[in-house]
Amino acid sequence: MMHFLLLFSRQGKLRLQKWFTPIPEREKKKIVRDMTTMVLGRKPRSCNFLHWKDLKIVYKKYASLYFCCGLDAEENELLALEVLHRYVELLDKYFGNVCELDIIFNFEKAYFILDEFLLGGEVQETSKQVVSRSIEASDMLQEVSERPCSR
Amino acid sequence: MPAPIRLRELIRTIRTARTQAEEREMIQKECAAIRSSFREEDNTYRCRNVAKLLYMHMLGYPAHFGQLECLKLIASQKFTDKRIGYLGAMLLLDERQDVHLLMTNCIKNDLNHSTQYVQGLALCTLGCMGSSEMCRDLAGEVEKLLKTSNSYLRKKAALCAVHVIRKVPELMEMFLPATKNLLSEKNHGVLHTSVVLLTEMCERSPDMLLHFRKVCLLVPQLVRILKNLIMSGYSPEHDVSGISDPFLQVRILRLLRILGRSDDDSSEAMNDILAQVATNTETSKNVGNAILYETVLTIMDIKSESGLRVLAINILGRFLLNNDKNIRYVALTSLLKTVQTDHNAVQRHRSTIVDCLKDLDVSIKRRAMELSFALVNGNNIRGMMKELLYFLDSCDPEFKADCASGVFLAAEKYAPSKRWHIDTIMRVLTTAGSYVRDDSVPNLIQLITNSVEMHAYTVQRLYKALLDDISQQPLVQVSSWCIGEYGDLLVSGQCEEEEPIQVTEDEVLDVLEGLLVSNLSTPVTRGYSLTAIMKLSTRFSSINRIKKVVSIYGSSIDVELQQRAVEYNALFKKYDHMRNDWYFPLPALLERMPIMEKTASNGPTEIMQTNGETEPSVPDTKHLPLVTQPANQANDLLDLLGGNDVVPVIQTTLPTKPASAGGELLDLLGDLSLSGGLAPAPSVPVSQPPFLLDGLSSQPLFNDTSAAIPPMTAYSKNGLKIEFTFERANPNPNIAVITIHATNTTEADMTEFVFQAAVPKTFQLQLLSPSSNIVPALNQGSVTQVIRVLNPQKQQLRMRVKLTYTHKGSPVQDLAEVNNFPPQSWQ
Repeated sequence: MMHFLLLFSRQGKLRLQKWFTPIPEREKKKIVRDMTTMVLGRKPRSCNFLHWKDLKIVYKKYASLYFCCGLDAEENELLALEVLHRYVELLDKYFGNVCELDIIFNFEKAYFILDEFLLGGEVQETSKQVVSRSIEASDMLQEVSERPCSR
Repeated sequence: MPAPIRLRELIRTIRTARTQAEEREMIQKECAAIRSSFREEDNTYRCRNVAKLLYMHMLGYPAHFGQLECLKLIASQKFTDKRIGYLGAMLLLDERQDVHLLMTNCIKNDLNHSTQYVQGLALCTLGCMGSSEMCRDLAGEVEKLLKTSNSYLRKKAALCAVHVIRKVPELMEMFLPATKNLLSEKNHGVLHTSVVLLTEMCERSPDMLLHFRKVCLLVPQLVRILKNLIMSGYSPEHDVSGISDPFLQVRILRLLRILGRSDDDSSEAMNDILAQVATNTETSKNVGNAILYETVLTIMDIKSESGLRVLAINILGRFLLNNDKNIRYVALTSLLKTVQTDHNAVQRHRSTIVDCLKDLDVSIKRRAMELSFALVNGNNIRGMMKELLYFLDSCDPEFKADCASGVFLAAEKYAPSKRWHIDTIMRVLTTAGSYVRDDSVPNLIQLITNSVEMHAYTVQRLYKALLDDISQQPLVQVSSWCIGEYGDLLVSGQCEEEEPIQVTEDEVLDVLEGLLVSNLSTPVTRGYSLTAIMKLSTRFSSINRIKKVVSIYGSSIDVELQQRAVEYNALFKKYDHMRNDWYFPLPALLERMPIMEKTASNGPTEIMQTNGETEPSVPDTKHLPLVTQPANQANDLLDLLGGNDVVPVIQTTLPTKPASAGGELLDLLGDLSLSGGLAPAPSVPVSQPPFLLDGLSSQPLFNDTSAAIPPMTAYSKNGLKIEFTFERANPNPNIAVITIHATNTTEADMTEFVFQAAVPKTFQLQLLSPSSNIVPALNQGSVTQVIRVLNPQKQQLRMRVKLTYTHKGSPVQDLAEVNNFPPQSWQ
């Protein structure tokens, strides 16, 4: 399973953090620090896999954002790259040519999309269309149930 | 009170802050506003405020005062509120908060909500961070949803069930009925999550595994689904670069792996589909290679036929040639796992692997290095060593220590000639001398001692190396030891292998004295040089010069040097006759070191014998050398044993002893403490790991004693297995020599492994140093350690053992009694 998924910028600013195991707040901060240091410190043409404690770390850079996840040792790293790519595709479909700013200003949407794609650290839906449709339907539901004053 | 500012507004404002302080000020202001808004119990804007709080939390600011508000949002009827509320719960709450439990009721209600998206929110939250109590309370609801026909909910329920099982394994049973027809679903989401659920169940419970294999006949079903995926035409919904639903394919392959492991029938049933996937999958993109990778892992793990295995290894070989670094990395990692079992097949790719040593990527280099060492054998040793030495020259410092150790190990095992061996050692010492591990020094010394005909050549080469460079401590230590030992060969110019150099005694002493005064020398090195100088007093004629040096150091600030110098001085004065054997029939202290015989089996005992070391075999067993350990370790064991009936065991390395024979000598020198003194080398190799204890067989060492004592399994739990093998120490039949072999069948290494033992009072026990303290995963190696038990009263041997290690990041500790010793081990 995936233990965590982090998105951070080139300067190390956190843009999204999803944790699939219960970890105390202080520990989370430490992990984020370790991940950003390790990943940002990698040479440009290195492979996308690392070892950290007993986890495999898989990361990929998309424009100005690093997508970094921590996996169990028996997970397939090459497939993890596909999982990260799928998430980026979903974001791209939703926001239309997604960029870092979209994720900064609509972070809660990024979480909602993630929650339709992954659950408990595992992939829950392998079809892009199904995920997109679920998000659209949920958004619709939100609009309908909202009072005149919006968030 | 004016309406709280909107989320996007806040984000925009905070981003305009130019300094950290400015940002902090804005955040504090907004937090204060939010806090007062919460106090007013404002329903309208609660959602907005919590959202803002979550943003500030992501920036690193505390947001705990929003936890209760999240609960209120979850309890609200509005979907918007619920969405943010659950998100907040997942971000701000973890198991350790009491607030957590209050969610249970809300989640229960929402699991039964009329809107599937609300149910989805609840399932998602429960599946991501539900505590064990929550899982227990809500498992029934999840199970119900697992049987629904709504695929949107069914897939989420399946993963939620996975989480419940992870948290509360005992609840696994209750999900079994619902799994019956999961695989007949057409919906890919449900199929995928079902396979994950089945995988989790099979991994956790061998009974479940058997059930699914034999009763539910899972393998044929999975094979069919996989076949359909591959054979069916283009499906736009699940297509990734021309491959249909790779996520599902990989998960199925993984489940097949678990089902096929150690089961011939299942393995046979999946042979064809594996071959099909292996040959037909498109490899131009990463996604195809991901599937191939999983296929290879499956083939290697099940009981596949040899043709399939060769196919798998060839796929890995092709991966090695791929331009994509990730694929090369993955190939090297997999080859490392299979090199033990399919050695010959991996050998065919040796040259590609060796090329990877030159890769720019650090992770790839490391894997290539490990794999190269695993592939070295008697046939390729010369070629491989050339590559590896070249690698050693040019690699980053982080690799040098491991590489040097690997080179020594390989050279020891497969050296085609003694000269080649010595040359290789010299090469390592001169190029990476400062990275060589400390424990290599005694090993090398022992190797050199044993290569009798090369002594002159070795000491000459080492001497020349020393003239060039005295900064690399291991090199200096080995060299000074050799010069001390074979200095006579050096000055007499006896070298046959190469042109002998002309060296005078004074020049040699100059060099050694230079080491003593140099800033580059560590205290240990200085000790070596002083001892070497002393030894030369029996080999050289310039005794006066040596006497002078030794007496100078009698007042050295370094206590170790001072002690040595004082003792050596004493030798000159009071015991001059002992330095050489004119008067004394016993072998002299400073005589040439005898050869340490190496045999294939239990090294330490044998070595002790031929060294003339007498330790436990001396009848007066009270001289069993027990070096006192730090108090806390002894106390640990006393706690362990709790009573007075056992003697705490003290873990020792063999203390150094003079290379002499009799207890009489010890008595004679009663007032002269020779601890830590003259010859560091002979006993120390005994405590050394892989070199000497490598290739241990459990054949009895001594043919003249009784028949071989059968080995026994002393401990087997949680994947850690400890086996005892026995020998008898000759000539004292009261001493049993037990070698423990610790192996690890789990998938993670056990690090910081410490084995302690205690025996009843009538016994005495000595633990030598272990070979290492990492028990590698999946039986890839073992930790060995020698125990010597003295049993003068021939009582039944009993032992209590304490094991501590770190596994998957958490410390593990266990106590066990070992009572099943075979009678021959103590009779």
